[in-house]
Amino acid sequence: MDNTKRYERMRERYLNGDLDRRKFLGLIGAAGLAYGVHTPFARQALAATEQVRFDGWGGVVSEAFRKYAFDPYTKKTGIKVVDGTFGGGDEYLSRVKASQEGEYNIAHLSGVFDYARYANLGLNSTLNEANIPNLKFVIPKLTDVFRSVTDGTLSCVPYDYGTTGIAYNRKYISDEEAKEKGAKLLIDAAYKGKIGGWSDWRTRVWYASLQTDQDPNDATDMDAVWEAVRTNRDLLLKYWQSGAELMSLLAEEEIYVTEGWSGRIYALQEQGKDIGYIDPPNGFGWQECLFVIKGSPMEACEELLNFMLAPETSIAVAEGQNYPPALDPTKVNLGDKIPTLPAFDPTGKLDGLTFANPEYWNSHEQAWSKTFGRIQKGY
Amino acid sequence: MSVEARERRQPWILLSPALTAIGLLLFVPLFFIVVYSFWLRTATGADQAGFYLDNWNEALTDPFYRDILFSTLRIAAITTVACAVLGYPAAYFIARSKGNKALLLLLLMLPFWISYIIRTMSWINILGVSGAVNWVLLNLGITSEPIQMLYNEPTVILGLVHFLLPFMVLNVYVALEGVDVSLEDAACSLGSTRWQAFREVTLPLSLPGLAAGGLLCFVLSAGTYITPLVLGGPTDAMYANLVFEAIITQLNWPLGSALSLMLLGVLGALVLVYNHYLGMGQLMKGLG
Repeated sequence: MDNTKRYERMRERYLNGDLDRRKFLGLIGAAGLAYGVHTPFARQALAATEQVRFDGWGGVVSEAFRKYAFDPYTKKTGIKVVDGTFGGGDEYLSRVKASQEGEYNIAHLSGVFDYARYANLGLNSTLNEANIPNLKFVIPKLTDVFRSVTDGTLSCVPYDYGTTGIAYNRKYISDEEAKEKGAKLLIDAAYKGKIGGWSDWRTRVWYASLQTDQDPNDATDMDAVWEAVRTNRDLLLKYWQSGAELMSLLAEEEIYVTEGWSGRIYALQEQGKDIGYIDPPNGFGWQECLFVIKGSPMEACEELLNFMLAPETSIAVAEGQNYPPALDPTKVNLGDKIPTLPAFDPTGKLDGLTFANPEYWNSHEQAWSKTFGRIQKGY
Repeated sequence: MSVEARERRQPWILLSPALTAIGLLLFVPLFFIVVYSFWLRTATGADQAGFYLDNWNEALTDPFYRDILFSTLRIAAITTVACAVLGYPAAYFIARSKGNKALLLLLLMLPFWISYIIRTMSWINILGVSGAVNWVLLNLGITSEPIQMLYNEPTVILGLVHFLLPFMVLNVYVALEGVDVSLEDAACSLGSTRWQAFREVTLPLSLPGLAAGGLLCFVLSAGTYITPLVLGGPTDAMYANLVFEAIITQLNWPLGSALSLMLLGVLGALVLVYNHYLGMGQLMKGLG
């Protein structure tokens, strides 16, 4: 029954004497109040279907998205894309947790680990894959790992992948030495005060597992791992917080060796810095995805994801951020630059990369993040 | 309504917008933080509502938090003393200068036009291995290798002093402006030296400004987290970094709430101690 009908019935009851004047006016007033309170929110809700919010890392990646995906998408659908940025995955998750449902829609998230965290917090959605035909170009191994977290469904589409390997200044450390020492280069006392490290507990535990010759996805001697984290801490100049800081420390020769993100190190090499990069055996492989948050306008988001997965968009973004796209190189011609990027796998099978097992890492998240927080501060 | 009643109500009417803003923007969020501090974070990262004392128990009994709190208070105290020692002469110079006072005050305010983070990061270009100081030392042949000056506690204090010095100078300047210059002349005419006149007349009269500046510097430095993050080494975290880590990295809002309330409580207690010995009236005098 619509509002006009309701009003007509009530008026009829009033005219028939079933409702007294005071009650009739009271009900009209209450309806007016309810309409007044509801309308601004209803308008906002309607507007949400006319726009989609995307949050990512900013910089060249955002520019590529704007040019190759957002603008053509808006032109075709009339749906505006509101482009936001964040400094880190943890900070963004806090923002999403504090927000109203539907406020944030699509995010460029890191790793399966983050995907599982969003799913655990009930922030995941279910994509209708039929609305994303470009998903067929994606490397199957990358989607399978997400499906395993959310019972066969997808809340995201994989977008790119890379590694966290060891970056070193060739002026002080030779390729041979780096290859020989591998992860143990980060606990080599000869470089005390010239070693950097990311202040991320997962990376620290991963590399400490390698330094103690353990499987990073199944370390059994955690005492040895924490001891290696402490050893590394005592040799560090500092824990870096962002990719920009990592690049600055390496470029300014404040540090000679650190673990680093493949794309960022490639960017330094492109700038002419003599920085070497290796992925030690069982080096840290990861992938990024475009995640649709619960409460988002699904069809609009799915269409946008399809635009973002289009080969021309994916390739442009990949070339901008120096990480290989999630597109299968056996199905899509990825051009000249992408095959030269670190971590690129021409077979599309990604057998050479070790990804974090989300089940293993999530089950230890609470305890290990806390322990690392203490060790980091000298305990 | 009588004139007296109207006069009694007038200040409250004038204060009501500010009180409403403080109530809505400070006390209501604070109330939520208090409530949150009694909740629990579950293994999945979700919060479990209820009344649990676990976070408070951890925040109050764990030596890890206590040690970093003491370290933070120590760094804040050193910063405050450094600001007072460096800020007082500068404020005295500005207050006693003739003609170019406006220009000096403008120069004092100039750093506020630049972001605090940018100002903090500028030290990397000054003290870094490839920074200005090392460049000069190397080119003058004073050292053969760059000296590692960054990423330790002294550089954290340096960054804090850089950030907070204008607050100290402004507070002391306001107090010195209120001191009658002829009082020093009168003391000298009665036989005291310039130094004695300063020590026994000007300095005591400007103490409220010094105290207000000190309180401001102490509270602001005890709550900082950017400076140790940018200029500190691996073990130079301050208490606010723990709050950040609990809330953002560990997604443990309940523990982060308890930790932030603890810092608020400690700083609040210090303000109360200050009030007991010096009185808020003195502070207000210092703030002009």
